[in-house]
Amino acid sequence: MKVTFPHMGNTYIVAKALLDDAGVDYIIPPYNNKRALEIGTKIAPEMACLPLKINLGNYIQAYEKGADTILTTGGRGPCRFGYYCEMSREILNDNGFNMDVITLEVPQDGFTELLKRIRKVAGSLNAFKILKIIKNTTIVAKRVDELERLTYKIRPREIRKGSTDKIYNEFQKKVRDVKGSSQILKLVEVTKSRLLRLEIDKDYKPLRVGIVGEIYTTIDPFSNFYIESILGNMGIEVDRTNTVSGWIIEHMLKAIVPFKKDIRYKEAAKPYLGTMIGGHAQETVGNTVLYAKGGYDGVVQIYPLTCMPEIVAESILPAIERDYNIPILTLIIDEMTGEAGYLTRIEAFVDLLKRRRERAEIEQNFALSGN
Amino acid sequence: MNTTKVGIPRALFYYQYYPIWKTFFEELGVEIVLSDHTTKSIMDDGSKTCIDEACLPIKIFHGHVMSIKDKVDYLFIPRFTSVSKKEYVCPKFGGLPDMVRHTLKDLPPVIDTEVNLRKSGKNALKAAYEVGGFFTKDRNKIKRAYKKALESYREFREKVKKGVLPCDILDKKLRKVKKYDVPNLNIAVIGHGYNLYDRYANMNLLDKLIDMGATIITVDMVDGETIKKHVKVLPKRLFWNFGRKAVGSSLHFLERDDIDGIIYLMAFGCGIDAFISDLIERKIRRNKDIPFIVLNLDEHSGEAGMDTRLEAFIDMIRWRYGNEGNVSAYG
Repeated sequence: MKVTFPHMGNTYIVAKALLDDAGVDYIIPPYNNKRALEIGTKIAPEMACLPLKINLGNYIQAYEKGADTILTTGGRGPCRFGYYCEMSREILNDNGFNMDVITLEVPQDGFTELLKRIRKVAGSLNAFKILKIIKNTTIVAKRVDELERLTYKIRPREIRKGSTDKIYNEFQKKVRDVKGSSQILKLVEVTKSRLLRLEIDKDYKPLRVGIVGEIYTTIDPFSNFYIESILGNMGIEVDRTNTVSGWIIEHMLKAIVPFKKDIRYKEAAKPYLGTMIGGHAQETVGNTVLYAKGGYDGVVQIYPLTCMPEIVAESILPAIERDYNIPILTLIIDEMTGEAGYLTRIEAFVDLLKRRRERAEIEQNFALSGN
Repeated sequence: MNTTKVGIPRALFYYQYYPIWKTFFEELGVEIVLSDHTTKSIMDDGSKTCIDEACLPIKIFHGHVMSIKDKVDYLFIPRFTSVSKKEYVCPKFGGLPDMVRHTLKDLPPVIDTEVNLRKSGKNALKAAYEVGGFFTKDRNKIKRAYKKALESYREFREKVKKGVLPCDILDKKLRKVKKYDVPNLNIAVIGHGYNLYDRYANMNLLDKLIDMGATIITVDMVDGETIKKHVKVLPKRLFWNFGRKAVGSSLHFLERDDIDGIIYLMAFGCGIDAFISDLIERKIRRNKDIPFIVLNLDEHSGEAGMDTRLEAFIDMIRWRYGNEGNVSAYG
């Protein structure tokens, strides 16, 4: 059995740590690329959301390299992601790719079925060891997210433009060659200290932009055209609340073990969106409010075309824009999105933010120019 | 007498639950102001104000709200999170009151009681108390009204299960049994109620089919138990109420010998339809040689294109049965 899994930003690093530690034979599909998207677009339903299309591309590219089993997670709705596993199974089957789909979730038959599925992948590991692996994997996820967050801070402040991107890209390449959670953690540490040694402008006060929206398109740089890097290189500090570790901890571990969940965003969203309606709609609304309250200069919402929860969020965001006087840009992504048009919109948004700041600085003696 | 007026938009769940709402409000002595049937101006108003990415039914809903908001004391836009155990409705229903509130201005107070039966069916009565609380403090009166409302809903469902179209019941329309010189066809039409029964939105699809000599069978006419039996074959439970019903009934249609063709009517941008129509198409193509077509609705739909596709579909079915022999080659 050769296992594979779908890409979503840095998730592959976490999955790698998990599978290495568990001693499972696996194949990492080539990182999200145009061809993966093309394959997915061809065989997925036309109106399906972008992540499903990219996932299918990942599976087939991994199949070409010899993978035969797909490891993925599920959900209980109402977001469509919860049914991805079944859709992929049907679509791959109809297109002649003989692959097994194992969904890691608590199914309707209860816990024993989940354990059975874990056993199928992990073989003879005992419960204690499995728990230890889960713990280590969670730590890897957290450290990788911290590293990513560090790049948000350094990128706008670096003296030599492009140095953060260079180091970070090297990390993403090298991490494929190391094995197991301990070595990955070591590499993260090395990269971190390299980043910290970079020369930065300490007095520079960057504009700050929060990124909210649907989880896949916000986390995955291929789908959002590396927006964090684009904004960072324009001298803007970004922040993103959707993270790989957050997703693992809040959505997978806490769904099984009833820990207390982080609900600050829920409180913040209350006046605008009262209940959980699936996907990340409430997070989007709540975090936009939190960013506005936290003094951010702007918010960018990203989601794939036809994403149901985010459409609700988008229709609510103008109210927050008005109430908190914060500019919000919504970017919708599908397989037809052109990079040039997308970049133009981001540039225009950044210009707007810069103007607003200048204007605020000279507020007292501000007058419209002659024309 | 000056009664309180509650506005109900004739859209979305109107086609499914109006009998409940009508009896409930009437029992409480509240006057109902129902918006008109969808018209061009309602659809245009809706699509102009609503965000572009929303699906057609949501846009139409916005249009209906706009047409009645100035005539009523309250707007009835309940928040439907779930209408059945362990299942959801589309996320847009859950956020509907918020969408409307933040898109349209100068609204009367909105009754946005949450209906969430995901964990327990008893929550329906709770929702009824909350809605009733807007008009009376007498809880017994609310409970009585709720019971009566359920009664009329049951009546409505019974009629639908016997094969009467919900839109005909709601509009109190009697259909004459016409005689056709061609054999009658049984066409199963799968789709959300608000797409199937909104005559303007779907450009009279059902009437056109009936005029072509078809008997319509919709998802609503299939018995709950039958659906339950058929969806068991799915490896993972479908968590959308409509999705489960649609897949269950199409599997049931496949088993029946008297169904001549299946039409799936979907709205552009509907997330659930995108998956369900694909799933159903795969099941149908794998199991049976039966004509199947997907028709897509949006606010730009041209009626001529729709007619052509429908006619071609019906012609094709008749051809299969060899009934086209009587057509002259010269028109």
